[in-house]
Amino acid sequence: MSQTLTRRGVLKNLAGMAAGILAAPAGGVCKATVQNVFVLSAAPKGYDPGKHQWLMALDVDRCIGCGLCVEACKAENSVPDSHFRTWIERYVITKPKPGSGETRGETIVDSPDGGIKGFPEALVPKEDILKSFFVPKLCNLCKKSPCSQVCPVGATFEAPDGVVLVDKNYCIGCGFCVQACPYGCRFINPETHTADKCTLCYHRITRGLKPACVEVCPSQARVFGDLNNPLADDPLKQFIANNKVEGLKRNLGTGPRVAYAGLDEEVR
Amino acid sequence: MMHAGIFTNVVDALPQLEGYVYPNERTLHPLWSVLIVVYPYVTGLVAGAFIMASLVRVFKVRALEPTYRLALLTALAFLVCAPLPLLFHLGHPERCFEIMMTPHFSSPMAMFGFVYAWYLMAVLLLELWFDYRRDFVEWSRTESGLRGIVYRAFTLGVTDVSEPALQLDARIGRIISIVGIPSAFLLHGYVGFIFGSIKANPWWGNVLMPIIFILSAVVSGMALCVFVYMFLCWARRVTADMRCLDLMASFLFFALVVDATVEGLDWLHRLYSAEEGIDVLRYLASSKLFYTLLIGQACLGTLVPFLLLGTMQLARRKVAQLNRRRVYFASSALILMGVLAMRWNVVIGGQLFSKSFRGFMSYKMEFAGSEGWLLSAGLLALPFIILAVLIKYFLALDLPTIENVVPGAAPRANGPEARGQGA
Repeated sequence: MSQTLTRRGVLKNLAGMAAGILAAPAGGVCKATVQNVFVLSAAPKGYDPGKHQWLMALDVDRCIGCGLCVEACKAENSVPDSHFRTWIERYVITKPKPGSGETRGETIVDSPDGGIKGFPEALVPKEDILKSFFVPKLCNLCKKSPCSQVCPVGATFEAPDGVVLVDKNYCIGCGFCVQACPYGCRFINPETHTADKCTLCYHRITRGLKPACVEVCPSQARVFGDLNNPLADDPLKQFIANNKVEGLKRNLGTGPRVAYAGLDEEVR
Repeated sequence: MMHAGIFTNVVDALPQLEGYVYPNERTLHPLWSVLIVVYPYVTGLVAGAFIMASLVRVFKVRALEPTYRLALLTALAFLVCAPLPLLFHLGHPERCFEIMMTPHFSSPMAMFGFVYAWYLMAVLLLELWFDYRRDFVEWSRTESGLRGIVYRAFTLGVTDVSEPALQLDARIGRIISIVGIPSAFLLHGYVGFIFGSIKANPWWGNVLMPIIFILSAVVSGMALCVFVYMFLCWARRVTADMRCLDLMASFLFFALVVDATVEGLDWLHRLYSAEEGIDVLRYLASSKLFYTLLIGQACLGTLVPFLLLGTMQLARRKVAQLNRRRVYFASSALILMGVLAMRWNVVIGGQLFSKSFRGFMSYKMEFAGSEGWLLSAGLLALPFIILAVLIKYFLALDLPTIENVVPGAAPRANGPEARGQGA
């Protein structure tokens, strides 16, 4: 044993270790460069993600729960039947019991099939309802997205244009991101066995089109735009200027960017 | 009638939900199912068994020497199997090496490759090799056939068994063991961190989670060592070394006390601070997880062994050896079951409620398939089979012998410490 542990051998090994440690950051730079070239996205050639900052805002008071957005999303993105990149929730808040000292009664939430076929009559009699409203849900495009943070291979990432994307040719399907998303926006696609989520219709917005859900919304409850758009009449900029908006579950520190106007405290 | 039959079948196949659950959470079984229950259980056993072995090496608890090698081999058998449940669970197992080739450093899961490789290569295999080196040389001279080939291969060509060389072996082995303790904590603490870091889930997102995982790992690993040692003695028709067993049971008892205290503190804190989602957790504990959490983990897995082992601590001298052995065996089996229940409660429990805090999902385990209990049971049995092979090859000539039963008997001549000192 003593013959094998020579000074030269030990030094050689230490040098090797040091080289390895020094090479690690260089490896990271190489990886980033390679990713820039090879990461697959649906954007056309020549699209510069650094020049845009896409965002969606939602007007809760305008949503009529028709489900066209859910249907359009499914058709546009071939979303499997059992899962949703966007969905609509219906909130029915009942009147408080007289003398209870409460401002509201029970909150009943439902989303049958994600609201794709609209909503059936609420089970609560009309006279017992205090208020009711629809809330469209989608990826909240978090600034500090917990899903990208936990991905073990970096298959999901925040693109410079604000969209959180998944490289399905790289995703290993561990499901960690699905667990980390507080909004239930992610799922493991049963066909590709990889993580799947709303991309804001990346293949459309990078070609100057609107996302499918925005395109079909009959009540303009969904507002889409580019925060880097220099024009002052950008619908998104106007919406944010004219409304008091907030994000969902802000207490978690994920920095949700998708802006909701007219939210009730029951929505989460 | 037939339609009704079809209808009930369809209803059975649909996920059973209560209240409002996000549409993407309406799946037949949780995303991380029983396989992910097995994974932290197995790594925990590795870490705990290693801690047991390091009691001999680092803390020089001489009485535990009969179980030193057994504990290390147990750790190895379980460590080899640890990545399998993860691998079977991946959507794309063929891409698993990406975790090691292109790790994303902000992900605790990406650390898996480093932590696992470090623990297997730099700690466990090295320590075993240095410990076994002299025996490999000896056995390679005396054994022939397949065994001889195996032993010769494991010497790695180093046949120097001179006094200074053996002294060096002992010293290096001890250093590796000292490094191994934090490594074992790292191996399992990081598994706890995977769950503890998920702030979206109030059942998981908790700073105590890695600590709870480490402590329960130590408890389960020690219980496994007691279990395996007693089973081995029974299978070989030798009497177990009572001094060693009593001491193992003491360590097990104290580890259990620390573990139960910290887990109790966790629950106390949750109930007292009553943050958002506490109603969901309380409902979960009292209904969906009643049998696994309150009965399996708290009662049978903690309270009963606590009372049994505690009684033995107080009244050891008044209890006959045979009864003591029975109590130890039962306690270790109960603790092993309880820690498995704990892993179930953490992993499955965290996926039985919607992140909207408005509804609950349910989980009905299947029999076959990747989500079935058959595969998981197989993955839990596999380390025992590997351990049996390891024992056959590496403990056959090094039995826990009958001499060990004699109280105050001289330590085995080939025990690691004896070797270090004798050299």
